[in-house]
Amino acid sequence: MSGYLESLLVLLSINAILAYGAFLPMATGQLNLGVAAFAAIGAYSGAYLSNTYGAHPVLAAFVATAVAGAFGWIVAFPILRTRGIYLALATFALNQVVQGTILNLDVVGGASGYPVPAHIGFPVIAAFAVVVVALVFLLFHTRFGISVTAVSDDERVADLMGLSVRGLQTAAFAGGAALAGLAGALYAHHFNYIEVQNYGVLFSIYIVLYVLLGGTQTVYGPLLGATVFTLLPELLRGSAAWRYVIFALLVIAIMSFRPQGVVTGDLVRRLLGWRRSAQGSA
Amino acid sequence: MIEQQIVNGVMLGSVYALVAVAFTLAIGVLNFLNFSIPGLFMLAGMVTWYLLKAGIAWPIAALLAIATGGLMSLVVERFTYRLMRHSAHFVPLVTSMAFLILLENLVLIVWGSDLQRVPVPFATLSIQVGPTVIAVPQLVGLACAVAAVACLDAVLKRTRIGRGLRTIAEDPETATLLGVAVGRVVPVVFLIGGLFTALAGFVFAINYQQASPFMGEEVAFKGISAMVLGGMGNIWGAILGGLLIGVIETFSIHWFGARTVDICVYGLLLAILFVRPTGLLGGVALRQARI
Repeated sequence: MSGYLESLLVLLSINAILAYGAFLPMATGQLNLGVAAFAAIGAYSGAYLSNTYGAHPVLAAFVATAVAGAFGWIVAFPILRTRGIYLALATFALNQVVQGTILNLDVVGGASGYPVPAHIGFPVIAAFAVVVVALVFLLFHTRFGISVTAVSDDERVADLMGLSVRGLQTAAFAGGAALAGLAGALYAHHFNYIEVQNYGVLFSIYIVLYVLLGGTQTVYGPLLGATVFTLLPELLRGSAAWRYVIFALLVIAIMSFRPQGVVTGDLVRRLLGWRRSAQGSA
Repeated sequence: MIEQQIVNGVMLGSVYALVAVAFTLAIGVLNFLNFSIPGLFMLAGMVTWYLLKAGIAWPIAALLAIATGGLMSLVVERFTYRLMRHSAHFVPLVTSMAFLILLENLVLIVWGSDLQRVPVPFATLSIQVGPTVIAVPQLVGLACAVAAVACLDAVLKRTRIGRGLRTIAEDPETATLLGVAVGRVVPVVFLIGGLFTALAGFVFAINYQQASPFMGEEVAFKGISAMVLGGMGNIWGAILGGLLIGVIETFSIHWFGARTVDICVYGLLLAILFVRPTGLLGGVALRQARI
């Protein structure tokens, strides 16, 4: 396989994992603008493990997933006290604080970046992505998926039906953080260099946009969003800035004409011939 | 020394205050977190740089930069509010993020990614009060900020449009029932927000003699902290919050170094959101923001 195609597929795999990291909290109705912070925590903790303790990079990636997930679980308690715009603002601020903190950690290179000699190759990363996507698909065909949809449709009714809304939201938030951390660690070990300046709010915004464009109603949306927006810029070529211009114009156009995202629950039901099934479930 | 830090902080804060007014208007009236504001800020700063470099007199450059921000904000309105008033609540937020990306990258394509030096004709003018030096352009910027908010306050309280805005802030449906032309009043929110943001971009470019395609992310986002500190929807609170954030920033640089600014400014934002989400000034002025 050519190096170009391979690095493209690596990016696709990492973006797909990131997209599900943003999708999990969004599926319970929470807009998380701090995805990049969790990716940075995963990237730096994984890199630190393999650099300092000589841990096997795959083991480091697993630990990084756990670290980012644990951090997400801890901050979920104060963060989920806020809702709506306040939640978006709090995760936005969290992103800035985490980025600023890593910038001051000279033990991982601070502002000058952090080289990561240990390497994770394409097959491992692709396998991780396939497992993650499969797990999320499975998860959403269990009771958990139905509960999550119920919470995003109407929190109050879900609560009345005996679902632990707060528990589901915390689990989704921490799970999303863990996935973002995994993606970060994989990125660090494949490209062998990380720079905290890249993990800004704009990075979070890109991931959130992938997911919203694909659609948050079904598990297929994020995969489609990540695929289209990883491959499309490559097909368009041109400079990086032009790609982002086209990306932004597409976002504006899609939000104007199809604000629920490209893949909706209704579309999936029609494609599968379940046209008559009731609204709501995905 | 301390006085000089406070003066510097207040001057920087007047930029944040102007941006915070734009954020707070959009949230207070429309419950809309407008992410295109940092993009408009950057656009105005870069237009200022371009015009001054081309040898245009600064008052004309100022007018053109501010007008550009206002016009662009009206374009944003077309694609966020006008088109999507009846769709999911996150749509305007998402589209405004796309406008931020769009503006940043268009400016990158046209003018490159370098940090540009803005040639300011009166950069060295300053007055000395005891040991404290106050630069005249900064003083003018602060005066503009306070004057602009005083005007806005008068418009909101006295005029027909202002009453309409406050009614929409209470409840858009009731406002429609009461005969407020929501479709005509909402663009005014965007226009005012765009003008304030662009004024901030101009003031920043003149005072710090620099502009770059990334100045929106680096500078204008701090207006969000200022807005929350002053209480969302409260325009005088936004001014106070902006000045406070400016002072906090200069002191955190003074005491802990430049790299800690983001931790201090956004850590404070997090703390306020956790402990007292209505901001320091308490009750939200334009309306109780929906939680």
